[in-house]
Amino acid sequence: MQPVPNISAYCLISPNKIFLDGQIIFEHPGSAGIFLDKTYDHLDFPYPKFYKMDNLCKLGFLAVEILLKGRSHEKKYSDSETGLVLSNSHASLDVDLKYSKTIHSGASPALFVYTLPNIVIGEISIRHHFKGENAFFVFKHFDGNFMAEYVSGLIENKLIKSCICGWVDILKEDYRAILFLVETGGGENKLPFNADNLNKLNESEHG
Amino acid sequence: MSLNMDKLMYKLKEQIIERLHLKDLKPENIGDDQPLFVEGIGLDSIDALELIVLLQQEYNIKLSNAEDGPRVFHSVRTIADYITANSGALKVTT
Repeated sequence: MQPVPNISAYCLISPNKIFLDGQIIFEHPGSAGIFLDKTYDHLDFPYPKFYKMDNLCKLGFLAVEILLKGRSHEKKYSDSETGLVLSNSHASLDVDLKYSKTIHSGASPALFVYTLPNIVIGEISIRHHFKGENAFFVFKHFDGNFMAEYVSGLIENKLIKSCICGWVDILKEDYRAILFLVETGGGENKLPFNADNLNKLNESEHG
Repeated sequence: MSLNMDKLMYKLKEQIIERLHLKDLKPENIGDDQPLFVEGIGLDSIDALELIVLLQQEYNIKLSNAEDGPRVFHSVRTIADYITANSGALKVTT
């Protein structure tokens, strides 16, 4: 019998607000950079490398941190059993533009290393020791149909048992992340993992 | 130790913290002879590249031989020594 994947939790980060499972858990005024750094302070865990990340990485990194907080995820799954499938519309343009400004005055290696969107997957994987299947797609809009089909395929083919998937996008002050924790186990308060639910949650103002 | 050397090392610590986004550190937290990489401050290879750019931009010094990197960037003092040895009339402003 094929395992049935569910959405165990979902996290939405939109300008100056964070929602977990539809409930607001944090808000703070200020620019994207200030808001992301304040969110890190609020979560109160030591990870000095956070400050080196570009804003796309910070956004995805924090969303995953919130999604997994208190879930003992790493105890439930081995390193290779959790996948990461992310998407956005601006790729790494936010940091690409910052990097391009440094080229004539001495290109910054620290910015250059973030000029690919899938670096956010690397930062999350390093933090949580994930070694499962991963991919980063660039679409014009969030595509729940594609996401549901792709992740379900990974699970049905027994490549992974859980997955963090969704949308992580930022360009200057316009940012939005909605990430879903997908697991094959049962439990309370879970939604079936399918395109309808992904699209519905994505279109909901509060996730 | 000369006053100029002390000022240069303090300035270097400020620049390293700002340039490498070491927001959890203050200049006082970095020892003059503390290793900057791995077991010390914990800098990595990308940070090393950023330090090379820092030397070029702030002190107009190019690391002529890449193999010198580990020795030059061992600590704040070794960087300061390299700057002193490779700049004509170094003037440190605070």
